[in-house]
Amino acid sequence: MTKWQVRVDREACIGTGMCASSAAAYFRLENGKATAAQDFVEPDELVVDAAESCPMEAILVRDGDGVVIAPEV
Amino acid sequence: MTTSQEPRNYPFGEAHRLDIDPTYAELRRTEPVSRVRLPYGGDAWLVTKYDDVKTVFSDPRFSRAAVLGQDVPRAVPMIQERPSILSMDPPEHGRLRKLVAKGFTMRRTEQLRQRAQDIVDGLLDEMEKNGAPADLVEALDMPLPITIICELLGVPYEDRREFRTWSDQALAVTAFTPEKITAASDKLQDYIAGLVARRRESPTDDVLGTLVTARDEGDRLSEEELINFGVTLLVAGHETTANQLGNFMYTLLTNPDRLAELRADPTLVPAAVEELLRITPLGASAGFPRIAIEDVELSGVTIQAGDAVFVGQAGNRDPAVFPEPDRIDFHRENIAHVAFGHGVHHCVGAPLARMELQVAISTLLLRFPELELAVPGDEVPFRKGRLVRGPQELLVRW
Repeated sequence: MTKWQVRVDREACIGTGMCASSAAAYFRLENGKATAAQDFVEPDELVVDAAESCPMEAILVRDGDGVVIAPEV
Repeated sequence: MTTSQEPRNYPFGEAHRLDIDPTYAELRRTEPVSRVRLPYGGDAWLVTKYDDVKTVFSDPRFSRAAVLGQDVPRAVPMIQERPSILSMDPPEHGRLRKLVAKGFTMRRTEQLRQRAQDIVDGLLDEMEKNGAPADLVEALDMPLPITIICELLGVPYEDRREFRTWSDQALAVTAFTPEKITAASDKLQDYIAGLVARRRESPTDDVLGTLVTARDEGDRLSEEELINFGVTLLVAGHETTANQLGNFMYTLLTNPDRLAELRADPTLVPAAVEELLRITPLGASAGFPRIAIEDVELSGVTIQAGDAVFVGQAGNRDPAVFPEPDRIDFHRENIAHVAFGHGVHHCVGAPLARMELQVAISTLLLRFPELELAVPGDEVPFRKGRLVRGPQELLVRW
């Protein structure tokens, strides 16, 4: 299975800590703002949930073909 | 773990207006992780440093679910039996949260800004027509968030008198008897159950309707979770914002320099709302405890598995993060307050609350350039014996 790309828009992030708490393997806080622990990850629903739950929609998840998986607009 | 002295009683005392008990600052200096004794359920830890507060809020080693049905340290005699999203841990918490999260994003909330503006304009038209003095609590603070949350959830606005009474009683600590508090909580459950039943006959696309669909078609939450979620969203969706709006206006009207600064430059309103969120201790009591599910070290102190921890109201006044923490300053470089919490329980309604507070404050200042308290500041009555602080009545003239 192709890997997913995970990106955090640090300009949009307000540091709620939701992603780093709920999906600690994929996100961490650096200087109060979230960052992806790795740019490419094995597909995992946790990453999608984190993107869908971010109030700022600052997390973007794409599949191997570059198609946006989350957040749903 | 024991300390040499007897634990302090906590809460430290009845909340006085918007003052923060000086014991928080003293403990942060001398004993940032300290033992406290609650009225019920025994002793707990209280943390007062910003970093420790954030850790307790967000580290999965601190559980909210572990309080359910347990005789944990607390301010009220009742043991919490009924689970809500506020007492769930990941991954169960996320399963519920994501059912509504999309409806409360910053982007979705901004689409409601014009609607909020129209509501505020209408309420202030009415207030002006009725003439001064006016009680800002009834004229604006309560009806604005109640109207918005009613429209979002699909709760009939004409029922507000009843659910406001139940909500006020359900969020009491000492203001009512335990029996009354429990009964009010049951009435809120019955009320939401009735609205849910109606949606099964004629579906709606509001938040309650979405939750009913998630239950009936997707089996994504239980009936009990559905009802509790509705109650939590309705109560949390108005009590907090309504009281904070009263608290913020009280603070501005009793701090003429800051008020003048905002009037002179209305573009400061969003920054002012953040600073007011930081400086205003909304909680009046002990708040929600977390239970350590394994040993955790905080500021050199070992919290043992099974110990209860309170975060109090001290994080936003930590001078290590916010220089001169007791000063109101709309130009702070770092305003990363924890007024909405941190981690998975970060308030889902935060963008909505921010938007409502911004619209209400900026419109009030623009429309009534002479707005002032109609009674001396120290005579403004505040609610007592509740979970959250707020003026009982805020008489203003213009």
